[in-house]
Amino acid sequence: MLDNLRAIAAARQALLNEDGVSPFGTVVEKVISTTEGILDGRRTILAGTNNYLGLTFDPVCIEAACTALRNEGTGTTGSRMANGTFAAHTALERELAAFFGRRDAMVFSTGYIANLGMLSALTGRDDVILIDADCHASIYDGCRLGTAEVIRFRHNNPEDLDIRLRRLGERTARTLIVVEGIYSMLGDRAPLAAIAALKRRYGAWLLVDEAHSFGVLGAHGRGLAEEAGVEDAVDFVVGTFSKSLGTIGGFSASDHPELDSLRYASRPYLFTASPSPSIVASARAALGLLQGRPELRKRLWENAHGLYERLRDLGFALGPEPSPIVAVMMATPEEGLACWRALLAQGVYVNLIVPPAAPNGGSLLRCSVGAAHTPEQIERIAGAFATLPRV
Amino acid sequence: MPTYRDILTQTCELLEPYAKGRALEEGTDLLNHVGLDSIQAMEVLLAAEGRFDMSIPLNVLAEVRTVGDLAQQLQHLLERR
Repeated sequence: MLDNLRAIAAARQALLNEDGVSPFGTVVEKVISTTEGILDGRRTILAGTNNYLGLTFDPVCIEAACTALRNEGTGTTGSRMANGTFAAHTALERELAAFFGRRDAMVFSTGYIANLGMLSALTGRDDVILIDADCHASIYDGCRLGTAEVIRFRHNNPEDLDIRLRRLGERTARTLIVVEGIYSMLGDRAPLAAIAALKRRYGAWLLVDEAHSFGVLGAHGRGLAEEAGVEDAVDFVVGTFSKSLGTIGGFSASDHPELDSLRYASRPYLFTASPSPSIVASARAALGLLQGRPELRKRLWENAHGLYERLRDLGFALGPEPSPIVAVMMATPEEGLACWRALLAQGVYVNLIVPPAAPNGGSLLRCSVGAAHTPEQIERIAGAFATLPRV
Repeated sequence: MPTYRDILTQTCELLEPYAKGRALEEGTDLLNHVGLDSIQAMEVLLAAEGRFDMSIPLNVLAEVRTVGDLAQQLQHLLERR
């Protein structure tokens, strides 16, 4: 008992410096705005928040949340299957289905729970799930919760996926391919057109987690499937409200009528409390803004390109393509930690990623930018990086 | 079809780059003695998949603690193919 936790405590202690500031226990002591907070007593630009459209302080979303809070209370205190489905939950599901042009949508309490709920209940003992090796922990955990056989394919490698589909023979008709729109660590997109072509050729199924691409990619913000022009090949879209919509929650949208039956089979849907009224209200308001204010997406991409190009010109090794996630690669965890502290001391917060989440035994300074960052803030973030020693 | 001994030998070869000179035997614990972390374990599986031209379901890892356990799982999968 507890051996694992003692090992974690020792490893964590090694990462603490004299003043106790830890990259994995950062406290935002005071929230100033969408893009700024007080961290370690200092006014700091938040450049690692996934707040892509910058809607967390939008007055429309806040007003909607406050109204719901006053009218419907602080929580539903129950599961969707019992007393936890209010009119607003079903309205949000209809609005999501309409936005994605799908027959139906289902709302879960978080994005993590959406993947757990979908992957564990869509598949059974005779099925196979083929996942990209770099998929998020929620996808791996959803697979573990279910009974299907789980096989990985090499990250963003359609040739490797092809080989694995071929090996499965007739089982491809019972195989669910799972990829992400934008991968959360390096910010790279899945080669979805090639993956969709393989899905069609082998008669398999396809689930795309658009957590980081919903509201970010596509002419209407529907994600990578829209951008790649392959929405009709995607059987199940999964996403989250905790990034572009600035609140918390998850969803799936699909044309398959069986999605509705998932409500009775998905334990992560059944056995947890439904999202609070204020959360549902702000998600609905933000979904409206995502559609009504395309300039947010334009500003987001200007900032993404701006930071990516500035850091590239400074000579940093970055993720393979510009995206709202700008991952700066560091050779070792120690170098990453030292640079993370140096950035924080200059009032810039980014995420520090260490192995095993970071590739090749190195570490990542993972920045994420949003529509709410000003050009001056992007410049200040780049300016702080410019002071870091280069190895 | 290769024998269990053949597969065990090949499994040791696959693990050798991670063993840092430590002896690899049938009963060697992959986590505590070879010191494989989760990423390295995945690399070993990828290498095994290439060598035996098959996909290894992640589910089998729950049953694997030693070099011999891994060889046994590989043998089951080869037989099933």
